[in-house]
Amino acid sequence: MKVFKTIAWVLLIAFVGIQFFPTERNQSEAEYASDFMEVNTVPPMVQNKIKVSCYDCHSNNTKYPWYNKVQPVAWFLEDHIEEGKNELNFNEWGDYSDRRKNSKLRSIISQIEDDEMPLDSYTFIHRDAKFSESEKKEILKYMTQLKNKL
Amino acid sequence: MKKLKITMSILTMALVALTTMSCKDGKKEGSTAPMSNEMHQEDAGSEMMADNSSNSESSAIIDNYLKIKNALVADNQEDAAKAGGMLMADLKDFDKSKYSSDKQRELTDIIEDATEHAEHISESPMEHQREHFDILSKDMIDMIAITGTSKKLYQDFCPMYNNNKGAQWLSSTEEIKNPYMGSKMPGCGKMQKEIN
Repeated sequence: MKVFKTIAWVLLIAFVGIQFFPTERNQSEAEYASDFMEVNTVPPMVQNKIKVSCYDCHSNNTKYPWYNKVQPVAWFLEDHIEEGKNELNFNEWGDYSDRRKNSKLRSIISQIEDDEMPLDSYTFIHRDAKFSESEKKEILKYMTQLKNKL
Repeated sequence: MKKLKITMSILTMALVALTTMSCKDGKKEGSTAPMSNEMHQEDAGSEMMADNSSNSESSAIIDNYLKIKNALVADNQEDAAKAGGMLMADLKDFDKSKYSSDKQRELTDIIEDATEHAEHISESPMEHQREHFDILSKDMIDMIAITGTSKKLYQDFCPMYNNNKGAQWLSSTEEIKNPYMGSKMPGCGKMQKEIN
């Protein structure tokens, strides 16, 4: 029992301790002229869905949930967002060359087609980020159009 | 005292739960076929004859591109991944300085794109590797159009891949060995063009 208590204390102290590590926030109020929604004419439904489902990790502005303030969750989110933005940043869409746009669109289409994006771990908490079958079809149709126009 | 213990266990459980629930998606290992060495050397022979001509850097890039191709022909996810990692390094080392600023801009674009595809190939299951290889092949063709190459290459085309949209690839052998369909249809495709 004593061992258990010691372990519990150590964990508690560690848990409290890591709360003091700062995390970088992915937040920006800026409006981007190069944003995906600015450089393309995106239908309102597609626009809304992509903003809700993708922008948290694929733009410069994340709408943080409350549990982000708790470590170690904050670290995992930070990693995810960094990786996500590296792969695709909707805010910088207009700055991508046609070659890059083509690559990105190909990946967007294949990831959504295979239900790999949005991530299950994300939609598990953000229920509204899930794509319905019809939303998925609409988005894929739009992205394919965009790709064919390049 | 009892209360403290209960609080502790709740906290501990919460911590464990938080740690394990963190999003461990992605990074799925593809089927790892046993190492087969037979395909390794086929296209890579030119590494030995390190030519010091003006396109020596692009030659390392092409060699590792061809290694990815051979691995995909052999359905070998692991070798393709390894070659993808090496290709990333080669792309990073490529020296653009002797090209005009226009060409440099274009090369930067191609290299940036190709690096991303090489990275994905280095860490993805095979079907994803093939998707990225498709676009990587386009990058390679465009790059060689600028840099030229001393190698004898064949530009091939598979009409069936990607729901019949088709896909190109480069090979150093005249015989068709399809990297997109793998062992299912190794001979599918036709030569479009000879380079050199």
